[in-house]
Amino acid sequence: MTPLLEVRGAVKSYGAVTALDGADLTVAQGEVVALLGDNGAGKSTLIKAISGVHTLDAGELRVEGAAVTFASPREAQDAGIDTLHQDLGLFDNLSAVANFRIGRELRRPRFLGRLAFLRERAMEDDWRTQLERLAVHRVDPRQEVGLMSGGQRQAIAVLRAVAFADRLVILDEPTAALGLREAGQVLDLVRRLPEQGVAVLLISHNLQHVAEVADRAVVLRQGRTVGEAAPTSANHEALVSMIVGAVPPPAAAST
Amino acid sequence: MTASTDSLPAPRTPAPADRAAAFGLRVLQAGPVLILGLLCVVMALSSPYFATERNLANLGFQASFVAVLALGQLLVIITRGIDLSVGSVVGLAGVLAIGAGGSFVTVLAFAATGLAVGLANGTVLVWGRVMNPFIVTLGMLGIVRGLALVISDGQTETGLPPVIGTLGSGTVAGIPVPVLLVSGLAIAIGLLLGRTQWGRWIYAVGGNPDAARRAGIPADHVLLSVYALCGLMAGIAAILVAGRTDSGAPQAGQLLELDAITAVIIGGASFLGGRGRVTNVIAGALIIGVIRNGLDLLDVSPFWQLIAVGSLVIVSLELDVMRGRLETRLRASQTRAAAT
Repeated sequence: MTPLLEVRGAVKSYGAVTALDGADLTVAQGEVVALLGDNGAGKSTLIKAISGVHTLDAGELRVEGAAVTFASPREAQDAGIDTLHQDLGLFDNLSAVANFRIGRELRRPRFLGRLAFLRERAMEDDWRTQLERLAVHRVDPRQEVGLMSGGQRQAIAVLRAVAFADRLVILDEPTAALGLREAGQVLDLVRRLPEQGVAVLLISHNLQHVAEVADRAVVLRQGRTVGEAAPTSANHEALVSMIVGAVPPPAAAST
Repeated sequence: MTASTDSLPAPRTPAPADRAAAFGLRVLQAGPVLILGLLCVVMALSSPYFATERNLANLGFQASFVAVLALGQLLVIITRGIDLSVGSVVGLAGVLAIGAGGSFVTVLAFAATGLAVGLANGTVLVWGRVMNPFIVTLGMLGIVRGLALVISDGQTETGLPPVIGTLGSGTVAGIPVPVLLVSGLAIAIGLLLGRTQWGRWIYAVGGNPDAARRAGIPADHVLLSVYALCGLMAGIAAILVAGRTDSGAPQAGQLLELDAITAVIIGGASFLGGRGRVTNVIAGALIIGVIRNGLDLLDVSPFWQLIAVGSLVIVSLELDVMRGRLETRLRASQTRAAAT
């Protein structure tokens, strides 16, 4: 079966710094893949390339077998790929529903284009439907996000990433700012996505979280893919060694 | 699904302290309008002439220039920008409009001059890689004023079609035409900002420019549009100024940019971007107008007007800081509530 996403030989430099040096990555349809690596391993650069924030200097990006280049995040979104960036990308001055719908506002009449009027009521109704579909508790749609707690903010950012993607959701540290219970709730949400046919690429420093939800863990080191393994507790040490580069990547680590 | 019973954080019932903070925020939001009301009451009590129809009409004429400029400035300030060139545009547009021809062409000349300078500001800012609106528009302030002086050779000229006089100093049923014009523009800008997708994007670009780009919002076009509209507003303000004096003076509008910025700040918009409402900005422009007009009526030296308006700017900033504190407190207590 054609993989949903295939990255081959991805290279990206910022001036003299080589962030990606031939990284490979494959995500199958409906699979949850964890992307692991130390700080500076190139994880964020790789997902920025997949989500259209940056373009690669060299290498290939394929979605369902077809080569693509995303010149902008919008193009990635149109291809069904949505991303939760580490900084959440929220607008503190806007309401929860405005954040949720940003760039995808419902409007009318159509002929006015981007000057068309916002359909606030419809967006709020849709917000409630989405919360239900994703089995998330009610969050006041009209409250300004800047006034919300860290957990609520994270929840809105996660929701925005997962609600509109129909192929792949990329989550960069989705549980970072969360307490134990809230993190568990996000992980539940991640587990439910494959049921809806959506694959997940998860970046997390928390190997326990990765073990809970991921089918496969891919390790990046110094801009290269150095190995992969099922993120079971048995493989925990092998993964850590790959991450820190304590041992040369054993080919046998992939089980 | 079973997992759904215990899910992402829900809002809690606010504690009394939160309610007080939320109420405080709401009062601050209405602050400029409250201050304006209070000022009007004080002035009306201090001078019997203040509340007369004639004086209010006069006040309306005076405040209208600042109000129009402030509407444009608001758009720019919401996106974390500033436009220092609008006062110079008032001068240049007046000079270029002299002898432009008939009514329609003259009005068009005013508007086109403003729009052109605004587009120039936006273009340099977005595509010239000079990502500092203060410097770009400071440069433009000099260039545009200089052009006005060069083209007119420093001379004030008369000879505008009557329509300009009507727009600048006419009245309809006792209401100054500029006041009607400002009302119309305020409604238009208010609709744009509050009700349209583009307006939502203007706030988004001001709130978090990087995230706006990542969300697929054409941030560069949003920025270009706000500078263009700000320029257009300056062109319209130039019609009012020229119509009031029935002339095109190269020095017209000097320092008006500062009044406009002052009105926006008194109107509670944040220099940090992302915040500002049309109603409050109009209130800001009227507050400046009432202070000047009222102190004139009370025979207070115009020197004191500067001090009064200046103090109000600082008080407004202080209120903005207070708003920030209240918000932090609300957020902190929400976090605490979520943790329990």
